[in-house]
Amino acid sequence: MLPLVLDQVTFAVNGKTIIDRVSVEIGTGPRTIILGSNGAGKSVLMRLCHGLLEPTSGSIVWRGAGKGHQRQAMVFQHPVMLRRSAVANVIYGLKLAGVTPRERELRARDVLEAVGLASVAGRPARVLSGGEQQKLALARAWALGPEVLFLDEPTANLDPGATRDVESIIGQIRAGGTKIVMTTHNLGQAKRLGDEILFLNQGRLVERSPIESFFSKPASTDADAFIRGELPWN
Amino acid sequence: MNEISLAFGEAGRLIVGLDATLTGIVSLSIRVSLTAVVIASMLGLPLGAAIAVGRFPGRQALIVVLNALMGLPPVVVGLFVYLMLSRAGPLGQFGILFTPAAMVVAQTILILPIVAALSRQVIEDAWQEYREQLRSLGAGPLTSAVTLLWDTRFSLVTIVLAGFGRAAAEVGAVIIVGGNIDGVTRVMTTAIALETSKGDLPLALGLGVILLSLVLALNAAAYWVKEAAQRRYG
Repeated sequence: MLPLVLDQVTFAVNGKTIIDRVSVEIGTGPRTIILGSNGAGKSVLMRLCHGLLEPTSGSIVWRGAGKGHQRQAMVFQHPVMLRRSAVANVIYGLKLAGVTPRERELRARDVLEAVGLASVAGRPARVLSGGEQQKLALARAWALGPEVLFLDEPTANLDPGATRDVESIIGQIRAGGTKIVMTTHNLGQAKRLGDEILFLNQGRLVERSPIESFFSKPASTDADAFIRGELPWN
Repeated sequence: MNEISLAFGEAGRLIVGLDATLTGIVSLSIRVSLTAVVIASMLGLPLGAAIAVGRFPGRQALIVVLNALMGLPPVVVGLFVYLMLSRAGPLGQFGILFTPAAMVVAQTILILPIVAALSRQVIEDAWQEYREQLRSLGAGPLTSAVTLLWDTRFSLVTIVLAGFGRAAAEVGAVIIVGGNIDGVTRVMTTAIALETSKGDLPLALGLGVILLSLVLALNAAAYWVKEAAQRRYG
């Protein structure tokens, strides 16, 4: 279904423009990091890509074969766990994806094993720690075998240990051939996990660069200011 | 003063001795209110979920009306059901006026708005939290409504118990449509009203004590269910 092609995508709420005429093509291959300060529109852009929001104008098209929504998944900054066991949360996603009952059970066990949650599979998901819940959210998305995985600040609320675990799981998912698209405002994480940067500022796509050149010689002054930790006020 | 303490003593003897009149009245009360709450829940919970998740014209007006109906005066409901079920009324052919069935109808009408309006509120609050996650997993409106009903089940139990309490404690509607016929449609509240006016304080007091205990037990149960669920499922 990739590439995902955005053409002049604008998103406005009550006359306030959040995403401003973004055109970009997201293809298979490189891990794409959407970078920008708070309020730059990272999360909104991701929700538009995932199909949770409709653009006010412009178009978002999956150019490849297959239907858009079927082979993509998203992990949110605050994962929402259903009031049931950890494994039942994974099974729920698989059921909605139309996987057979037998297969659901097997896949759920496998994926919980892979993210290191096999020992808490039977525990109610909502009493797990924040880090465990985020790993469970990754497992739930991973179990679907997505072609594209959107990650919205997946480690923003986690301690360093859990952050390391989550980054390692993202690496495993990537190794299985899933395209990673992730937002972050953590430069270190962008460097560790990214191949290319889409830099957003005030709703506009200011720059798209490979990771090394973005950090060594950013093409835009906004990105330069962001990297140097300055607020891009002027 | 002496008379009141004598009445209390006699009431205690009636309760402890499982007096036939008293137990008959109590069991009819519970049967009628339980039937009403079951019907009201089967209609009200799905209705609440549908309004919470659905987006349709007139939705806000419906919510306002539903909230207003929570304050329905029981005597007005009694009058309305009386008119419907009386010989000349549109439903007169069923001949259920002055039977327990008529009382079930009246109590159902009385508590249906309570169950629907309160569950709508609870489910809509949960929907705010779950919406993006469920949509991301591919859940449509129906699946979302069912999922939310299940995930808010412990709060909904509290609502259903509140509905039962309201039904069991109500007098105005059942006295009009039931007629307070001895051994047929006499329930706790109508019996208390009658016996008090007759001066038979022991029976009135005994029933009053049972009614109060029932309401107290229901509230304790509601509180306990919620607490236990919170601890267990988060």
